[in-house]
Amino acid sequence: MIADFDYQFFIEVLVGGLLSGVMYSLVAIGFVLIYKTSGVLNFAQGALLLFAALTFVSLVERGVPFALALVVTFAIMVAIGVAIERTVLRPLTNKPPITLFMATLGLSYIIEGAAQLIWGTQVHGLDLGIEDVPLEVGGVLISQFDIFAAVVAAGMVVLLSRFFRYTRIGLAFRAVADDQFAALAVGLRLPLIWATVWAAAGLVALVAGLLWGARLGVQFSLSLVVLKALPVLVLGGFDSILGAIVGGLLIGASEKLAEVYIGDYFGGGIESWFAYVVALVFLLIRPSGLFGQKLVERV
Amino acid sequence: MAAIPAEFSSAPVLPKWVVPVLLLAFAYGVVPLIGSSYLFEAILLPFLALSLAGVGLNILTGYAGQVSLGSAAFMAAGAFAAYNFNLRVEGLPLIGSIFLAGIVAAAIGIVFGLPSLRLRGFYLAVSTLAAQFFVQWALTKFSWFSNDSASGVIDAPRLSISGFALDGAVGRYFFALTIVAVLTFLAHRLVSSQTGRNLIAVRDNETAARIIGIPVLKTKLLAFAISSFIIGVAGVIWAFAYLRTVEPAGFNLDRSFQILFIIIIGGLASIRGAFFGAALIVVFPLALSRLGGFLLGDVFDSGVLDMSQRIVLGALIILFLILEPDGLVALWDRIRRRLLLAWQTT
Repeated sequence: MIADFDYQFFIEVLVGGLLSGVMYSLVAIGFVLIYKTSGVLNFAQGALLLFAALTFVSLVERGVPFALALVVTFAIMVAIGVAIERTVLRPLTNKPPITLFMATLGLSYIIEGAAQLIWGTQVHGLDLGIEDVPLEVGGVLISQFDIFAAVVAAGMVVLLSRFFRYTRIGLAFRAVADDQFAALAVGLRLPLIWATVWAAAGLVALVAGLLWGARLGVQFSLSLVVLKALPVLVLGGFDSILGAIVGGLLIGASEKLAEVYIGDYFGGGIESWFAYVVALVFLLIRPSGLFGQKLVERV
Repeated sequence: MAAIPAEFSSAPVLPKWVVPVLLLAFAYGVVPLIGSSYLFEAILLPFLALSLAGVGLNILTGYAGQVSLGSAAFMAAGAFAAYNFNLRVEGLPLIGSIFLAGIVAAAIGIVFGLPSLRLRGFYLAVSTLAAQFFVQWALTKFSWFSNDSASGVIDAPRLSISGFALDGAVGRYFFALTIVAVLTFLAHRLVSSQTGRNLIAVRDNETAARIIGIPVLKTKLLAFAISSFIIGVAGVIWAFAYLRTVEPAGFNLDRSFQILFIIIIGGLASIRGAFFGAALIVVFPLALSRLGGFLLGDVFDSGVLDMSQRIVLGALIILFLILEPDGLVALWDRIRRRLLLAWQTT
């Protein structure tokens, strides 16, 4: 039995899984940013991602140069972030987190509707200029696009964690995450900080939206990648960027391996729920996830 | 209530049962006489099914404080279980199939409620999504559930109770109305009983609930079971009485959100709230499409309509959370009090 085991195939599946896990992590980081600073599980992250990708593609299709389209889209994402802070978060300050969660659910409906009302519902192709030719590394075929996505994701993580650690505003973020009232008391400007965080989440949404959009085509179903990111968050802990990465890798790898090796016993198509089951089983053992703060969900 | 002296009570107090009884009398006696078939098919039947689902979810989320994003899965489980009981068990009356379907939904609810023993808040909400995806996958994947039908879409059986066929829109309306009325009454009894108070205690402070001797774990699982039973039966009504077909696609994540929206808009922890919320959710898209067609004419095609519905619905949710966190029920009670007060002072 062991002798028959095709190691090379196994490694190929594993690497493919890990790389697609990076794509999940990319989405998950957007959630973590918001959760860390305001304790909200932002369900609208997927809608933001769709909005960013759709705006970018539509601009490019209308003849706007690539770099300019990137800047304009980012500016729009910042404006949306500020608007969300003004109209939704500020009136709901000090409400229970679950109320805020439901508000972001409503928000995701608004953004999804608006994105498609403005730009239409047709599917757009998105070409980032990266050839998706498999690369051979040590006898294992790896998609070049996946490697690019992984590098981008790694760059984002390094950037964000440096930012949180070494800049003044990063410090302010952590203070707000720690204790909102104390942060207000020492004179931190909460609205400014929240608007910045939402803008940062908008940037993450833009990057993730472009990569996912290049993969799947820019269309409504793009906003459903949140559903892939949620088990990653549960596994890694809602408030840990590192957790989002490790969780993404674990989910990506186990999902692909399960699909290939045990999927047949279930009749295939198990990837719609397998990640959730992995996350759940894991949580039954460690209720706060891999790297989540202990006290948050301890019963 | 009786302890409040008369001069402090701002409104004439009717016995609590008067309004529901009058409403039921109206629903049974008057509505069938004046209603058109459009009213039954497009408004009342979905309204009844969604109201019942709202009542079920409200027990879990409103009273017991456990947020669930998997309601549609339990509706699907109920609908398919009822279909299969009806198909495969000879001589089982329809009511029996529906009851057993509720039991099946409740059992699935307990299984997917197990994580609630260790998880809270968002972690739990996300884990209920597992139910949503797993049930939908299982129903599409294994054709046994849909009796090996090629399209996966199956016709619902004819509704009949002890040989008395309930065909036509009005018959199905009576069928749905009766089930909804009975289950709503039972749900109302439940939440005003000791069990109901246990649910609220678990929601408000788990540690305190445990200290005063409430079996927290048992109570949570009970909430999942009861809620899933009711939602499962609501699924049967949705499939058998309203759509007349049983298919997994209709019970997707959007439906789960819709039911959650119903209880947010209607009012959390309120049986009446589910009905208010469902009425708004059912009527509002119809009204919006009429209004849009009237104001904008041809520009307002179905795509635009779909999108504007999403936007307005999302905005409504946020508005309610900000302005009226207790939902339409609170709004209604306030208006009624003002009106009565105005009426008394004149």
